[in-house]
Amino acid sequence: MAEHTIKAFDEEIDRLRGLIAEMGGRAEAAIENAMLALQRQDKVLAAQVVADDKRIDAIEAEVEKLVIQVIALRAPMANDLRDVIAALKIVSVVERIGDYAKNIAKRVPLIATNTRTLEPISLLPSMGQVAGEMVHDALNAFAARDADLALAVVKRDQVVDDFYNSVFRTLVTFMVENPKTISECAHLLFIAKNIERIGDHATNVAEMVYYAATGQTLPERERGADLQPED
Amino acid sequence: MTQEQTDLTIANPKMSARDVKVFYGPKQAIKGVSIDVDMDHVTAFIGPSGCGKSTFLRTLNRMNDTVASARVEGEITLDGENIYAPTMDVVQLRARVGMVFQKPNPFPKSIYENIAYGPRIHGLAAGKADMDVIVEKSLRRAGLWDEVKDRLNDSGTALSGGQQQRLCIGRAIAVEPEVILMDEPCSALDPIATAKIEELIHELRGRYGIVIVTHNMQQAARVSQRTAFFHLGELVEYGVTSDIFTNPRQERTKDYITGRYG
Repeated sequence: MAEHTIKAFDEEIDRLRGLIAEMGGRAEAAIENAMLALQRQDKVLAAQVVADDKRIDAIEAEVEKLVIQVIALRAPMANDLRDVIAALKIVSVVERIGDYAKNIAKRVPLIATNTRTLEPISLLPSMGQVAGEMVHDALNAFAARDADLALAVVKRDQVVDDFYNSVFRTLVTFMVENPKTISECAHLLFIAKNIERIGDHATNVAEMVYYAATGQTLPERERGADLQPED
Repeated sequence: MTQEQTDLTIANPKMSARDVKVFYGPKQAIKGVSIDVDMDHVTAFIGPSGCGKSTFLRTLNRMNDTVASARVEGEITLDGENIYAPTMDVVQLRARVGMVFQKPNPFPKSIYENIAYGPRIHGLAAGKADMDVIVEKSLRRAGLWDEVKDRLNDSGTALSGGQQQRLCIGRAIAVEPEVILMDEPCSALDPIATAKIEELIHELRGRYGIVIVTHNMQQAARVSQRTAFFHLGELVEYGVTSDIFTNPRQERTKDYITGRYG
């Protein structure tokens, strides 16, 4: 894309993109580390995820400030306007994604040490990986103004939803057969739900990216038959 | 023509231009422009210097007639009547399609006379009482009455720049025009005076067809409902103002309004 006549405007837009890229990278790492901590029962790593979330929150505040400054001083138009508004909305969603990862990490110490007795736990890392990739791709799509990649993220949400439904059934069955594990399984259920929400939020980001890149809004998605109502 | 696809043709336009071409000697300044003007929408013409927006504006009341080398092709109609027809009375046309210029240009006469001059030569007032009514009404519509009602005999040139420009708008209004053309009416004014003119444009919408040429894109965004982007004599894109400024279809429009032009 051609550069602005006013160079400082380009510098501010670049800084905005840089901050969002960093924020996305941190959210993605938070999801990955939270899932790793869960698998390995690594309480230190889990605590680290919780601590690192502060930086994600700080970036959100920084982006908000910068967007207000750009709107006030540069009066952005057309694709520039769509970009900065998308940036503003995306950071609030990524901040939520960070919170979900933090919530997963906080549950790690509450689950009994011997995870080998909890078979359903094996399903969660793959689910978490798909959700993490969606976050990664949605933010890459923003950086590259790539509407096709954004669309691919939106389509992929169904995979996470299917995972969730499968985990839900497995956990319910497992709890019926192993009533002693109900407490741990309830935590796993919340973790699965958190991952499912991360997928939804990544989809929202992708929809904003699509609008920013094309100026067109995506039609409302058709929802699969979920076991759980939307919360 | 690279005009975008959205059909903004108006059923019974006040003014309608079809495939208008303007030449200054051998040089073509306008390359086939079609556009409609109605009373309900303010139309803004934007584009870089030399893009033809002012030239095109001037074809709408035949101001280009005063340029010896200028030649206009295509058709421009006012209420369906070709304004370039030999039978068209140009003086009458310029009363029906009034114009306000970049620099306020009041006559070096009293405020009252600035307004009364047009109605008098067009024979619109039956007597002094009648003229008083026209002057008050015109100054009220121009948003100037309260500021000048006690000094109507002061010279028009003694007013501030913003007041002078509103006086010029009042002068255009006085001859009961149907369309008002404004060629960068605020570029010599401060922000407060500019805001008053913009508010005035809002108030005049519906009563008159209004076309404004502006270099200030924020102004186009604020005052107009339709925006036309000109570049190198072409009408590159013409659309609903909110669309043009959030989602322009043409690359050239986008580069211009986002400050990437040239």
